[in-house]
Amino acid sequence: MSSTSGATTSASKPASTRAKPANKGEAAVDWVDGRLGIYTLAKSNLRKIFPDHWSFMLGEICLYSFVIIILTGVYLTLFFKPSMAEVVYHGPYTPLEGIRMSEAYASTMNISFEIRGGLLIRQIHHWAALVFVAAMLVHMMRVFFTGAFRKPREINWVFGFLLLVLGMFDGFFGYSLPDDLLSGTGIRFMEGAILAVPIVGTYIQMFLFGGQFPGTDIVPRFFTIHVLLIPGIMLGLLVAHLILVFYHKHTQWAGPGKTEKNVVGMPLMPVYMAKAGGFFFLVFGVISAISAIATINPIWAYGPYRPDQVSTDAQPDWYMGFSEGLIRVMPGWEISVWGGHTLNLGVMIPLAIFPMVLVAIAVYPFIEGWITGDKREHHILDRPRNAPVRTALGAAWISLYLVLLVGGGNDLFATHFHLSLNSITYFVRVGFFVVPVVVFFITKRWCLGLQRRDKEKVLHGRESGIIKRLPHGEFVEVHTPLAAKDLHTLTAHDQPQPVELPAETDENGVARKAGVLAKTRAKLSEGFYGEGAQIAKPTAEEFREIESGHGHH
Amino acid sequence: MKKLSARRRHPLAALVVLLLALAATGGLYAAFAPAEKAQADTSAQSLAIDEGKKLFAVGCSSCHGLNGQGSSDGPSLVGVGSAAVDFQVGTGRMPAQQPGAQVPSKKNIYSQTQIDQMAAFVASLGPGPVIPTEEQYTATDANAVAKGGELFRTNCAQCHNFAGQGGALTKGKYAPSLDGVDPKHIYEAMQTGPQNMPSFPDTTMPEEQKKQIVAFVRHTTNDEPNPGGLALGSLGPVTEGLFGWIFGLGALIAVAIWVAAHTTKAKKS
Repeated sequence: MSSTSGATTSASKPASTRAKPANKGEAAVDWVDGRLGIYTLAKSNLRKIFPDHWSFMLGEICLYSFVIIILTGVYLTLFFKPSMAEVVYHGPYTPLEGIRMSEAYASTMNISFEIRGGLLIRQIHHWAALVFVAAMLVHMMRVFFTGAFRKPREINWVFGFLLLVLGMFDGFFGYSLPDDLLSGTGIRFMEGAILAVPIVGTYIQMFLFGGQFPGTDIVPRFFTIHVLLIPGIMLGLLVAHLILVFYHKHTQWAGPGKTEKNVVGMPLMPVYMAKAGGFFFLVFGVISAISAIATINPIWAYGPYRPDQVSTDAQPDWYMGFSEGLIRVMPGWEISVWGGHTLNLGVMIPLAIFPMVLVAIAVYPFIEGWITGDKREHHILDRPRNAPVRTALGAAWISLYLVLLVGGGNDLFATHFHLSLNSITYFVRVGFFVVPVVVFFITKRWCLGLQRRDKEKVLHGRESGIIKRLPHGEFVEVHTPLAAKDLHTLTAHDQPQPVELPAETDENGVARKAGVLAKTRAKLSEGFYGEGAQIAKPTAEEFREIESGHGHH
Repeated sequence: MKKLSARRRHPLAALVVLLLALAATGGLYAAFAPAEKAQADTSAQSLAIDEGKKLFAVGCSSCHGLNGQGSSDGPSLVGVGSAAVDFQVGTGRMPAQQPGAQVPSKKNIYSQTQIDQMAAFVASLGPGPVIPTEEQYTATDANAVAKGGELFRTNCAQCHNFAGQGGALTKGKYAPSLDGVDPKHIYEAMQTGPQNMPSFPDTTMPEEQKKQIVAFVRHTTNDEPNPGGLALGSLGPVTEGLFGWIFGLGALIAVAIWVAAHTTKAKKS
């Protein structure tokens, strides 16, 4: 590595201008850099700045639990046999001695009772999956309520949404694999849902199951989907998601010195390398601890699947719970059309609402962007209270989701709260329509109340609790003015005005009729930013006027 | 034989044949019909029946009538058998505290002798299932738990849950948890079908299978150490989801807050 050759071949590499690497480490890095060119990549990215807030680490929980799932999943594939061939159990778990079961179930029993650490790994895999989807949902809610999905991050929002949906379905396929009584019931449920699709349902069912339920194809097919197809797509989306996070840079909370054009925080190297690396082990530790403490999916207790058997408490894992709720509360309507073709509305309608619940949240950024007509880039987060309509819509969505979860667990609510199963079902039927509306209005009023409180705080300061008697006998409470930094944070948000309809006549006096779409948009925009949707934040004049007054109010 | 054949066209021949046929059917039925388990009225038993009748008059007759004939508030007890009394009173369900969707089990206030006396009285009203002996509900088969498990998943789990933890039925009714239920009572419940439970008489479920189910229930609710750690109530994915959210994600968010709070910060002046 002479200085002359270095200068001629790659002038951009400062390492090559050195006559001799200082130590072996540098020599090694130099060798790698000469072949991969990582220096420039590292230079531009290792000092990448990330802002600091606990809620920005929710996505990290997703990432790490995904890694844990992959690591433990690989271990499980070494021992799992995705086969429906029938075997008779003769293993260490005597309560199933001599019982007929599929090889899939038998090998899961083998993993749980004979493979060293198998049960712990299985439980880590399953608990991490529950935590993974839960963390994705909470991460998505964080992004939603802070408005972090706005331009330029809409595409990344969709990537994240796809990861959530794929995660849900991969979870479903995963817990269907052991072929235990619960999972078999779940597959039977899915088969029923497919059959309820008009015209193509029976064909899809036949293609998927390779014949009548349950057949022998479904477990091997689910296995391929579960370990290969969906995780592959997810891995690609995950990388794209992270690249976009790097490319867009991270959003940040409003504060002094924080603008739409900068990121205030700490560099990836060394601060976040250490923090994120440490956090990975903390996540792994917490999930492992839970897996060592609590059982998940005790397949030995469920027993092997047989289509003539079923257990109560046959619910899906929580993330599919809202679909269970939809189906449980739907009246069992059935109609006959075109001379004897049955339309099973009791299953078909829930099946249609199920994706709509999800899609509603996926397309929200585009709807909000269209309504508000906001084309600017946003890197400063909204406090949820400063976007009352968005916050209320999000809360309404969550309430809908929770109502459906109650419907999905109606039997457990009935037994544990000593209620009638029927009453809960009726409540959910009404609540499906009513609760989100009520929650919307309450949340919106709540946000407006908080905005008023902020305004009050900016103009009058914090209540100090000190009561002062003035010379003329009046009692007043002393208010402490806020620090300049707090004043900035409380007033940094902008308050857009509603989109106005174009003038009824154009500059030549010709009548110009606004279309239905434009009118709807103006109405919605009024709802978002109009009179009743935000409290005008204090202006500098108001503040000065009050400051110049008596010092109390 | 000639005499008989000569009179076969007698006007009364048809009547005679009919009578013979009826006598044969009745006789055959009497010979082969399952013997009803009506108890012989020994003197010790009639004493118990008298005592039982007194107890019945105090504790049960307000709903079931003085002679167990039933009323608008309670069903007739004719033919329910001593096993039903032993189950209902022994688990504290009867006397009922109040009418409702289902009568819950509570503390039993009668001694076993008193229960036996009431059972004797009710059994005297009409034949029905009898209180089982210990051999009847104690399995001797080495593999009874596994066989019982299969039977349980086929016949019981749809209401009582895979681990006997109970489950909801319509309109406030429920299948109770089988935790800590006496094997005798499990057997009696299957035999008599109390409240909303269907009955499984020996004709549909032989005694041997009942024994196996009892063995499985005892095993799954009492003896089994859970291999995976806390069973979380053995209620399936609902409690798992709740646990995962609270202790899984909850703990991780707490950790995230802790990590975010501990960072390299510029020293405050």
